[in-house]
Amino acid sequence: MRYPTFARNIVATTLLAGVNITASAQMMINGAGATFPYPIYSKWFDEYAKVDPSVRFNYQSIGSGGGQKQILAQTVDFGASDGPMSDENLAKAPGRILHIPTVAGADVVAYNLPGNPPLKLDGDAIAGIFLGQIKKWNDPKIASLNPGVKLPDQEIIVVHRSDGSGTTYIWTDYLSKISSEWKSKVGTNTSVNWPTGIGGKGNEGVAGQIKQTPGALGYVELIYAVQNKIPYAEVKNASGKFVKPSLESITAALGTADIPDDFRFSITNAPGADAYPICGATWLLVYEQQKDATKGKKLVEFLRWAAKDGEKMARDLQYAPLPDTLQQRVLKRIDEIKM
Amino acid sequence: MAVAASIIGKERSVQARMASPSRFADKAFEWLTLAMALAVVVLIILIGWQLWIGSSVAIRKFGFHFLVTSTWDPVAEKFGALPFIYGTLVSSLIALLIAVPLGIATAAYLTELAPLWIRQPLTSLIEMLAAIPSVILGLWGIFVMIPWLRDYPFPWLKRFFGWTPFFSGPIYGPCMFAGGIIIAVMILPIITSVSREILRSVPDLQREAAYGLGATRWEATRIAVLSYAKKGLFGAVILGLGRALGETMAVTMVIGNTPQIAASLFKPGYTLASVLANEFTEATTDMYLQALFEIGLVLFGITILVNLLAQLLLRTIATTSATRAVQ
Repeated sequence: MRYPTFARNIVATTLLAGVNITASAQMMINGAGATFPYPIYSKWFDEYAKVDPSVRFNYQSIGSGGGQKQILAQTVDFGASDGPMSDENLAKAPGRILHIPTVAGADVVAYNLPGNPPLKLDGDAIAGIFLGQIKKWNDPKIASLNPGVKLPDQEIIVVHRSDGSGTTYIWTDYLSKISSEWKSKVGTNTSVNWPTGIGGKGNEGVAGQIKQTPGALGYVELIYAVQNKIPYAEVKNASGKFVKPSLESITAALGTADIPDDFRFSITNAPGADAYPICGATWLLVYEQQKDATKGKKLVEFLRWAAKDGEKMARDLQYAPLPDTLQQRVLKRIDEIKM
Repeated sequence: MAVAASIIGKERSVQARMASPSRFADKAFEWLTLAMALAVVVLIILIGWQLWIGSSVAIRKFGFHFLVTSTWDPVAEKFGALPFIYGTLVSSLIALLIAVPLGIATAAYLTELAPLWIRQPLTSLIEMLAAIPSVILGLWGIFVMIPWLRDYPFPWLKRFFGWTPFFSGPIYGPCMFAGGIIIAVMILPIITSVSREILRSVPDLQREAAYGLGATRWEATRIAVLSYAKKGLFGAVILGLGRALGETMAVTMVIGNTPQIAASLFKPGYTLASVLANEFTEATTDMYLQALFEIGLVLFGITILVNLLAQLLLRTIATTSATRAVQ
C-alpha cells in the first residue's frame, strides 16, 4: 500500500507544480479608463477568474479621457469610456475601434429644500436653472410644475461637477437636446464653461455640498443620492410623463432610444413612456483586429461572458443592465472581433 | 553662524586626521552626492521641458492671451488662465495672512513663553496636523468648516465689513475665503515647526543681553529674538507659500471651482492646481490637454518666480540688517 500512496503523492506534486506553472504563465489583459463602471468591472474580473483561471485582468480607472488615449496609443488591450469616442479621435486610431456598451446609469436632480417636498421638473426648468435664468425656488416655472408644494422665496444655489466626468457628459448632453440656448452657449462635454453655480469635486463632493447647503440643487449619479438620502426630482420625459429615476426607467430608456449600428449612442431624452430622460451608458473600447491572437481570443471570451453572465450582476451594484434586444446586438458585435 | 563655523572647523580637523586609505571612498562619496544634487536640478529642468513640449501647440495658438483672458470653455476650445492664476495667488495670500502670524506666534510661545513640560506635547500635536491627508481635511472642510463658517463668522464679517467689496454679496459656503482658510490650516504646521527651530537656534546670549538691559519679556522676544531671527522666519514663510501655491485636493473641495475673478471673498474661485486635478483625467481633445499642460507650466513658472522673488527679498533684508548692524 505504501508504494501507490507514494506514487499518488508524486502525481499530486507534479499536478500542483503544473498548476503553479500555469499560474505564473497567466495571461494578463490590461485595460484602462472610466471610473464610473469601475466597481462592476472589478466584480466581473473577480468572478471571471473563477470561470477562466488562465487570464487575469488589470484595470486602471484613470478616467474616460485616459482610457481613450491609451487605446489609441495601443498601450492597453481594451479601453473604457463613459462617452463615445469622437470622429476626430477615432480617425487617429491605427485600426477600427469597436464600442461595446456594458451598463448604464442615471443623473438625478438632487436638491435641498426646507422639509424636502417631492419635486417635479421638466427640461425647460432644469435648463433655465442651469443657465442662471431661473434664480429663485418660487419661480412661476417651478411652481406651475409643482402645484400644492410650498416653495420658498430663496435663491437656488446650483451645484455642478468641477472635475471632468461622464456624469457631466450625460447631463450636458441632455440639456443640449432640451434647450437650443444651452446647445449654442454651453454645449456637451465632460466639463464645460458653466454659466452659473459652484463646482464640487466628484459625486461625493456635489452630494456633500447639496446636503450642506440649504437651497442647493445639483446633479449626481443615482446611487449617490440614494446612499446619501438626498431627495431627487421626477423629471418629465420626451413623451410628457414624469418619471422617477430607477434602474427600470434607465433600462427602459436604453430599450426605446434609437441606437445606431456603431453603438456610439446617446440615450438622453429617450422617447419611451417609462424612460427616465437623463441617463447614459458606458463602453468598453476594443480593436476589431486583435494583434495577439491568443490574447484576442481570451478577450472575446471574456466580453461574451460579460454580456451574458456579467450583466446579471449589474442590479446588485446599482447599474442598469442592457435590455435583451441590445444585448443580442452587442453579442453579434463581439463576434466580429478578428484575430 | 559661530556655531556653524566651529562645526565646519571640527569637520576639517577630522578630515585631516583621516589618512589616505579612505581617499577613494571620499572621492566616490563626493561624486555620489554631486550626482544626487545634480539629479534634482536635471529633474526640474526635465519637468519644465516636458510641460513646454506638452503645451507647445496651445502656446502657439493662444500666445499671451492665455495669461490675460478669463474664458475657460473646453467645448469651444477657448482657454484663458487668468481666473486660475488670480485664484492661486489670492488663496495663497489669504492663507499666509492667517497662517504666518499664527505660526510665528505659536513658535514664539513654544520657545520663549510656554512652561517646559508643555512644549514637547504641543509641538508633536502641531506636527501631527501636517500628517492629516489633504482629502480628509477637504471632507472636514465640506462637512464641518464650511457650514460653521457660513452660519457664524461669515455673516458677522458681512455685517461689519459688508461695505468693503471683499465681504459683500451672498454667502454660499464654498468660496475663495474658505479655500484660503483650508490652505492656512495646511501650511500652519510647516511654518510653525520651521519657525520654532529657527527661534530655538537664537543664542541665549541675545536674550540674556536684553534682560540685562532691563527689557520685559515681550521686549526681549520682540527685539532680541524675533528681530534677530527675521531672515530665518522669512524663509519659513516662503516654505509655507511654496506649499500653499501647489495645494490641491483640500482646496478643490472647498473653493467652489468657478473660474471667475471677483473682489468678494465670499464668491467661489478656482486655482491652477485645482483645475489640473479636476479636468486632466477626462480631457479627450488635444487642444484641451495642451491647455491643461500650459496651466501646469504656468503653475511651475509662478512657483519658480515666487521663489526667486523671495530670494531677492531675503537678500535685501540680509543686507539692510547687515548695514544696520555696522552702523
